[in-house]
Amino acid sequence: MAVTHAPDNPPASRPGAPPARSRMRPLVVAWTFFRIGALNELQYRVNFFIQLVQSMMSLATALVVIALVFSYTPELGGWTRPELLALIGVHIAMGGIIKALIQPNMTRLIQDIREGKLDHSLTKPEDAQLLVSVTEFRIWHLVDVLVGAIVIAVALVQFGGEPGASPIGVWGVLSFAFAFALGIIMIYCFWVILTVGAFWIVRVEFITELFDGLYQAGRWPITIYPGWLRAAFTFLVPLAFAVTVPAEALTGRLTGSTLGLATLFTLGIAIVTRLLWRIGLRNYSGASA
Amino acid sequence: MSTTSDARPTNDPSGPDGYTPLPTTVGGRLRALTDFYVTVASTSIQEQFQYRVANYAYLIGMVIEPIIYLVVWSTVARSQGGEIRGLTPGDFAAYYITWTLVRNMNIVFTPYGWEWRIREGRLSSMLLRPVHPLHYDLAFFAGMKVVVMVMWIPIAVVLAAIFHPTFQIDPLRAVVFFVAVWGAYLIRSMFLWALGMITFWTTRVSALYELWFTAELLLSGRLVPMQLMPDWVNRVADLLPFRWTFGFPIDLLVADMSAAQQLTGLAIQLLWIGLGTALVAGVWRVGVKRYSAVNN
Repeated sequence: MAVTHAPDNPPASRPGAPPARSRMRPLVVAWTFFRIGALNELQYRVNFFIQLVQSMMSLATALVVIALVFSYTPELGGWTRPELLALIGVHIAMGGIIKALIQPNMTRLIQDIREGKLDHSLTKPEDAQLLVSVTEFRIWHLVDVLVGAIVIAVALVQFGGEPGASPIGVWGVLSFAFAFALGIIMIYCFWVILTVGAFWIVRVEFITELFDGLYQAGRWPITIYPGWLRAAFTFLVPLAFAVTVPAEALTGRLTGSTLGLATLFTLGIAIVTRLLWRIGLRNYSGASA
Repeated sequence: MSTTSDARPTNDPSGPDGYTPLPTTVGGRLRALTDFYVTVASTSIQEQFQYRVANYAYLIGMVIEPIIYLVVWSTVARSQGGEIRGLTPGDFAAYYITWTLVRNMNIVFTPYGWEWRIREGRLSSMLLRPVHPLHYDLAFFAGMKVVVMVMWIPIAVVLAAIFHPTFQIDPLRAVVFFVAVWGAYLIRSMFLWALGMITFWTTRVSALYELWFTAELLLSGRLVPMQLMPDWVNRVADLLPFRWTFGFPIDLLVADMSAAQQLTGLAIQLLWIGLGTALVAGVWRVGVKRYSAVNN
């Protein structure tokens, strides 16, 4: 961790040093951690191939399942085969971002809270929530973002070629990008809320597995689930917003009101997350450090 | 975990300083081993009951997977006039509720555990014991199964209330099922042990594990009931161990199976247990010589 001291506390007299509370500073901090994390991971190139095999295996499984489902039915809950493929692409890409950027930080935070190492983050002259959210980074999981993008591209070509289909327009691309970004923020907030539980219950390692299990549900359009489950996957676990809504944007079925709701929900969950983080922090007492 | 006094043959005096020599007669060894299993399993049971909340969260996380499959296939079945390949939504519900129990019975010491065990030198202390490490793993995970079965019952009741399964149970079938899930446990334990021991030679094997687990997912009946797979896939699956650890036990409670089919299934399970045990014994004999504790 010694390397991380570089951006902190620049001597005030140094020319060109960022001002103490610049608006850009969180970004600078995040970028520095990102760079260090990437350099660190680049040492282990074999992990890239392991990740590639893993991504290929889960893609193969997903394709087999789609092939099976659509060998028995022409459409599933109103989604055709290429449309569902686009949704799976979104699911894979979002999963890659979660595994590369969000999950490693949160598992580390859980461990730090238990072992009392959170002190290190709290004593630094930067917002603690920012610090705990950007320290860990698993670059090889970004392979999934690439795989997801390829799957989406293939799907777009497939249903663009269907009779009567209109190719995706500017609105489609922009609304997809916006919905996808909202999805990342929501999943991040959801993870922080789960993790904050570690301030009260110390043994929460199982939530990683719980989340992985829940996330699998996002591989299907949220509309096929029975009502109570759909509600849970929308508001308890924001899977609907994180995966189905961006996929709706790609397949031309996203309405302005859905996007508006997603925006409002993101704002709401972000505020709640911040509050819970503060309350949780008050509950923290460095255990051993 | 030393042998107790009643396991010691009477004509064999204990050594100096309270040291208990290993029983030498076959009966004595068997009794000692049984005693070992009971002790390890009951320790494991107590350990698992300590972490009830974590265990329940774990089970709930696990239940999501079959619920997803169940919802997808029920939707497909309904859109096709109520059934596909003779399976109704009720059949799917029964299949995937039983799935949750069988899945838990399938959890054994994993190859990733082996990687850890060898990299960290954890195997060293196990080698010092007078019992083969396989017995420890088998007993420990068997104890866990008892806890899981107890915790599974309320989950199954809730799932049954929601999804209305149609089971094909009679008392005899239930007994066969009970035997078959333990058969499945043994088959999977053996093969994953053998797979994990590859770590004796190289620690870069996770890609191989991924291949194995994907093949298992597709060919065992975990992803979909095997009836939904094309015929050629079924023929391949019949020749591999996977479906005998997953699809077969589930079908015992869910599908129409004649007594002959049930017995054949059990016999094939026995065959795979035998093959797996032989494989473990062979790989162990060669592999353990290559073991040099890395860290201890």
